[in-house]
Amino acid sequence: MNEALLLVETLFPRGITQYLVGGILIGLGTVIIYVGTGIHAGASTFLESTLSYGSKLRRFQQPKFVASRDWRVVFTLGIVAGAAGYSLATGEFGWTTEVQPSRLFFGGILIGIGTRLGKGCTSGHGVCGVGSGSKTSILNVATFMLVAIGVAQLVMAMGVTP
Amino acid sequence: MSGAGVVADHESHPLFLPLVFLGGAVFGVGLAVSQMARPEIVLEFLQFRDLGLVFVMGGASVVVGIAFWTLTGSGRSAPLTGKRFGRRLKSMDRDVMIGGGIFGVGWGLSGICPGAAYASLGIGNVVILYGVAGMFVGAYLQGYLRESRADAGAAATAD
Repeated sequence: MNEALLLVETLFPRGITQYLVGGILIGLGTVIIYVGTGIHAGASTFLESTLSYGSKLRRFQQPKFVASRDWRVVFTLGIVAGAAGYSLATGEFGWTTEVQPSRLFFGGILIGIGTRLGKGCTSGHGVCGVGSGSKTSILNVATFMLVAIGVAQLVMAMGVTP
Repeated sequence: MSGAGVVADHESHPLFLPLVFLGGAVFGVGLAVSQMARPEIVLEFLQFRDLGLVFVMGGASVVVGIAFWTLTGSGRSAPLTGKRFGRRLKSMDRDVMIGGGIFGVGWGLSGICPGAAYASLGIGNVVILYGVAGMFVGAYLQGYLRESRADAGAAATAD
């Protein structure tokens, strides 16, 4: 019994409540949009649909991006506002990451390329696609999960923190 | 092709954008509550130091799965758009795997993903703007390269 508790504490040193509640709320936000509109809202299409405002590239001027760009801006503003409201209410607002800006920037470039080439991200494939039982999404999630684990372990092994 | 074809009447309903904003806000609260807005927490998950994040994606996909399957099975259409309820199914090709791999390198390196990065900005983490800027650069690069490649391909066939 003690060993089992110890194992749980090792695997989940912060407990699981905030993770489970947060996950359910993320799902609920997606469901609110779906129930009213039938749209599977993912977060990464915003990158390309927003580029359509300023770039004449035909890739970004596709009807699916141009027609959805306004609501995707609103969706993203909602995400920012929701997180801001919560953190202001709890007093966590103003927290900043210790991850080096260069890692954020170069990581960001790869995320921009990879999510758009791979047709989705953690929310589009990970939540909507997995929730749909889509084989494409499950394969995509398994791929990015395994690769990310390998890279993050490598970063840690090289002594880079956080 | 979720979206294409039906998108024209999306914005016509007065409640469309308010509902999208509300859904986004609940989504953003979830990202803040789950701590996914903090790259450190994501990195600790990937480094097996705190596996709590399985409950984030797990909890979210179960909630979404129940709604998607129930409403799809009902055969009805969404009230604000008239769009028929369906599941999110994308076609499989090589790009899905290559893109997933490239995204994985970026996620493992930085601990951020698109939705979590927007929420991170919301909690006041302004440094995340380096990451968001990188995402736009990356999204532009892939669009530019794919279009150049498509043009080169078209030119080659024309010859």
